[in-house]
Amino acid sequence: MSLLPSVGQPVSRLEGQLKVTGRAQYAADYSIPGLVYGYVINSTVTKGKIQRIDTTKAMSLPGVIQIFSHVKRPSLAWFNLQYADMDAPPGSPFRPLQDNKIIYNGQPIGLVVAETFELARYAATLVEVEYEQEAFDTDLNANLSNARTPKIGMATMLKPPPPRPKGNFEKAFSESLVQVSAEYYHGTEHHNPLELFATTTVYEGAGKVTIYDKTQGTVNSQLYVANIFGLKYKNVRVIAPYVGGAFGSGLRPQYQLFLSVMAALELKRPVLVTLDRSQMFTFGHRPPTIQRTRFGADANGRVTAMNHAAIGETSRFEDYTEVVVNWSHMLYPADNTLMQYKLVELDVFSPLDMRAPGGVTGMHAIESTMDELSYQLKIDPLQLRLINYAEKDESLNRPYSSKELRACYVQGAARFGWEHRNPEPRSMRRGNKLVGYGMATGIWEANTLPARAEAIMTTDGKLHVNSAVTDIGTGTLTVMAQIAADELGLPIQDVTFSYGDSKKPFAPVQGGSFTVSTVGSAIKTAGKALRKKLLRIAGKVGDGVFKKLELDDVLFENGRIALKNDPLTSISFVDIVAANDGNPVKVIKFSVPNVLKLKKYSRAAHSAAFVEVEVDEELGVINVTRAVTAVAAGTIINPKTARSQILGGMVWGISKALREETISDHHFGKYMNQNLGEYHIPVHADIHDLDVIFVEEKDDIVNALGAKGVGEIGLIGMPPAISNAICHATGKRINHLPIHFDNLL
Amino acid sequence: MNNFSYIKAASVQAAIDQSTAGFNVKYIAGGTNLIDLMKYNLTRADTLVDVNRVQENKDIIEMENGGLRLSAFATNAQTAYNPLIERRYPLLSRAILAGASAQIRNMATNGGNLLQRTRCYYFYDANVPCNKREPGSGCAAIAGYNRIMAILGTSESCIAVFPSDMCIALAALEAIVNVEGPEGSRSIPFADFHRLPGDTPHLDNNIGQDEIITSIDLPAKGFSKNYSYLKLRDRNSYAFALVSVASGLDLDGDVIREARIALGGVAHKPWRVEEAEDFLRGKPANQSNFRQAAEMILKGATGYRHNEFKIELAKRAIVRNCMMALNPATQLPGAQPSV
Ligand SMILES: Cc1cc2nc3c(=O)[nH]c(=O)nc-3n(C[C@H](O)[C@H](O)[C@H](O)COP(=O)(O)OP(=O)(O)OC[C@H]3O[C@@H](n4cnc5c(N)ncnc54)[C@H](O)[C@@H]3O)c2cc1C
Ligand code: SF4
Repeated sequence: MSLLPSVGQPVSRLEGQLKVTGRAQYAADYSIPGLVYGYVINSTVTKGKIQRIDTTKAMSLPGVIQIFSHVKRPSLAWFNLQYADMDAPPGSPFRPLQDNKIIYNGQPIGLVVAETFELARYAATLVEVEYEQEAFDTDLNANLSNARTPKIGMATMLKPPPPRPKGNFEKAFSESLVQVSAEYYHGTEHHNPLELFATTTVYEGAGKVTIYDKTQGTVNSQLYVANIFGLKYKNVRVIAPYVGGAFGSGLRPQYQLFLSVMAALELKRPVLVTLDRSQMFTFGHRPPTIQRTRFGADANGRVTAMNHAAIGETSRFEDYTEVVVNWSHMLYPADNTLMQYKLVELDVFSPLDMRAPGGVTGMHAIESTMDELSYQLKIDPLQLRLINYAEKDESLNRPYSSKELRACYVQGAARFGWEHRNPEPRSMRRGNKLVGYGMATGIWEANTLPARAEAIMTTDGKLHVNSAVTDIGTGTLTVMAQIAADELGLPIQDVTFSYGDSKKPFAPVQGGSFTVSTVGSAIKTAGKALRKKLLRIAGKVGDGVFKKLELDDVLFENGRIALKNDPLTSISFVDIVAANDGNPVKVIKFSVPNVLKLKKYSRAAHSAAFVEVEVDEELGVINVTRAVTAVAAGTIINPKTARSQILGGMVWGISKALREETISDHHFGKYMNQNLGEYHIPVHADIHDLDVIFVEEKDDIVNALGAKGVGEIGLIGMPPAISNAICHATGKRINHLPIHFDNLL
Repeated sequence: MNNFSYIKAASVQAAIDQSTAGFNVKYIAGGTNLIDLMKYNLTRADTLVDVNRVQENKDIIEMENGGLRLSAFATNAQTAYNPLIERRYPLLSRAILAGASAQIRNMATNGGNLLQRTRCYYFYDANVPCNKREPGSGCAAIAGYNRIMAILGTSESCIAVFPSDMCIALAALEAIVNVEGPEGSRSIPFADFHRLPGDTPHLDNNIGQDEIITSIDLPAKGFSKNYSYLKLRDRNSYAFALVSVASGLDLDGDVIREARIALGGVAHKPWRVEEAEDFLRGKPANQSNFRQAAEMILKGATGYRHNEFKIELAKRAIVRNCMMALNPATQLPGAQPSV
């Protein structure tokens, strides 16, 4: 009997036990003999120059080893390019301790290294810094007149600029029967993964370091460190098997990495630098963004004209961009479109991708506008989406590799009970509360990048797979093991997957929901190559029944290769490896997506979110009492981990719509709620009934797995579905997020 | 390092002796506020005297006047779940359970709750002006982001809010705070315990440097039939009140014999207005009377740029909460609004 394929099974996380019993070691958990501790000193001003930095008092404390700053640091790489990581937007990357210039509030300006963390933290308070302050600006709303077109760079490859205008928007809009226009806003948000950013650098002797880093890309950190400190790539090893959440914050090397490595190289000792929670607010964030939409429709509800314009925040040193305005035309086939995207430079750190960057921002505006249009047209919001259903991607005029969004709408609506919605706002009640139903569409691109993977058949007939990829808590380890198991027809217990190590074969950063697709494809490719190699070796064994056979002629099952037409004739993997002079059989394969083929299609995961809210109108209290998200994302490799991803995204959607915000005080140019007590992410009491549906979707084009990735799609439809539900409940449309109860009073 | 000595006091007297003998001594109970303040470098202590081990009885004592005496050293959780409190002072139980999280309530003590410091963002950020932290430096909140700040009893020096939930119920119940110090013991009526900011915003309350809170007396009247605590906040748990209301009603049929209404989240101390409570005496318990009382309670309220909404919200919350008090069964756990 052949084994059931592992792909498609709800396999529990293989590392789950280690995590819940505290045995999984994170970047700050390595107790290395002689370890010393670094604490970062951050600028208390927003812009200006350091005039004097006096470390005398701090240095005189016994146990303080060194205090680094711009006046006390090794010489560093000179060119911008050497600071550019794989995810760097166009511009000049931030260089810690480069000179005396202060360019944002909270900028790291020094590192105290001491025998204990507590001592380093205390010593940091004794370092005296005098600044010459300069005028600054951190307020997006006050600087909209400075909006400009973003620079183009490498990052643009994954983040295309807005599509070209089509038809004549202004004319079509002014002539359309029904017109809706609105402005949308959300402020700054910080990633706030549970695990604090930390790096432990072990000095291994001249020019050689081993680094335990919190990152979403071991190779990214490796290249960054090697380039800046002039080390050989092979002498820099970055290890990150467990990552306690990152949500994009680990896509770029953060300053604790730089500081830890610098200190270790200088002191020739192992150095751990951990940021504290407030320091987690001193690097990338989701940028505040203002959007305007103008949609026009005809009497039948067909959207004829769409204008979506967004202005996002960036720093003065990099042009961080997001794909905010490209989505509406992928979803709705209007003949006249105008999409605009601009940036305003402010005295802040560069923004950084945060879960569904741009997508969740843009779709909030688009799907709220569609909802408003449905009221104007007196057409059910779901019906309006179906009327405007795009069979192909009109923005680029190409078909979708697959698109089961219609099934998402239908199955989601059925599970939710959408038909019970009374179209009239304020018409549904439960007790003294208003009840509202809202829905929205979600879309997220399904990308694949090149990656390498190694597959090894060991002497005991087990499969070992290697990749540098991290597992940021999404279940990567588990799904990769599943994919690998199926390649060789082995049970998952016979597979080990080693990952989170830059020494292993190359993988790009883990983000954008492209990891399963990218690394999974590489593993598939390596798995196939290993099958071929095993078969070739089998051909040399014994009476040569396997000689000259192709993969199609045989089966890989139960740890053996068997003839397809005579399954009783078989040879075990153990015997094959034995025949390989007893050496494990290894292959390393590079898998590169077939760009020529992929270019002909738009590839995206879709979703439909349905939300019920209860609103206590008198007091403004809002609760999301029920939500259903139906997702079309191709093959679901592991329904359990995938469901967790969607649930996490839905919770984040509730958070984004109703809870989290970074409070800025533009007078001081800084963030005021830099802790988890005041930066409100949802608590259990905020989360009620959440339900996930995966609709069937077959995709032979997107990649060999037919899988699209589910990391972001669960979030995207939720914020607009929630604000639409609030509008249905109360008749009030609130277009800035988060919506607080004071907005409803 | 920020070194300090740590001493476990075996009795209240021993704790006071330690405090008077040393320099810059602080009592530590649950540590849920003090330790944070020390980590933020806002509070320094050369000596911490741990009062958790004092031998005095941590149980609740029934007093001759029919009231109860709560130990200052008992935890918030022990107090909220004590059957006597649940039965006779359910308002207090509800208010405590509306605060913080289960873990924090397990550590936090009753004494510490009274002395917790404000949650004003600017107070916690040593790099911006704050009169409470550094007298004379100015108040950054007045022109800053002041959504969570006070609307009543503010001054030009400070618009901070006292963040406790428990104390709002204690104010409504007219508790008495018993303290002991080098000069002996004294009892402070709850209304006189906390201060308004005036031009001394660095003083939160009227307890002396070496004084220790030993117990809190609850008068006999517990309003256990008609009570309600309502907390409005930015998430359903683990967030401080933007507005909270404690209501206790003593009814004769549908006529109010006595009403107690205390507001939280709106001032530097729990806010009560006797005039409003007097107004309700002898009146039918209905929306319109509660609304009139609410207008009296909010008289003189001034909003700042981001917290204007609190004025109307507080009024509505008072009305709703008093209506919920008519039928406590309508309250949801965690002090969520329901009726
Ligand atoms: C994240 C978070 C959320 C919270 N949310 C809420 C909330 O929603 N509602 C709410 O009401 N509270 C909330 N709290 C506050 C919490 O209730 C207080 O921190 C707690 O009650 C303080 O008690 P403690 O015993 O830990 O005091 P400690 O931190 O030990 O002490 C606080 C102060 O009181 C002094 N002190 C302690 N005991 C005595 C005594 N017997 N005599 C004299 N002085 C004494 C100490 O010297 C110190 O100055 C929250 C706290 C945190 C950390
Ligand atoms: S309101 Fe009070 S605590 Fe807040 S900044 Fe002003 S003075 Fe300080």
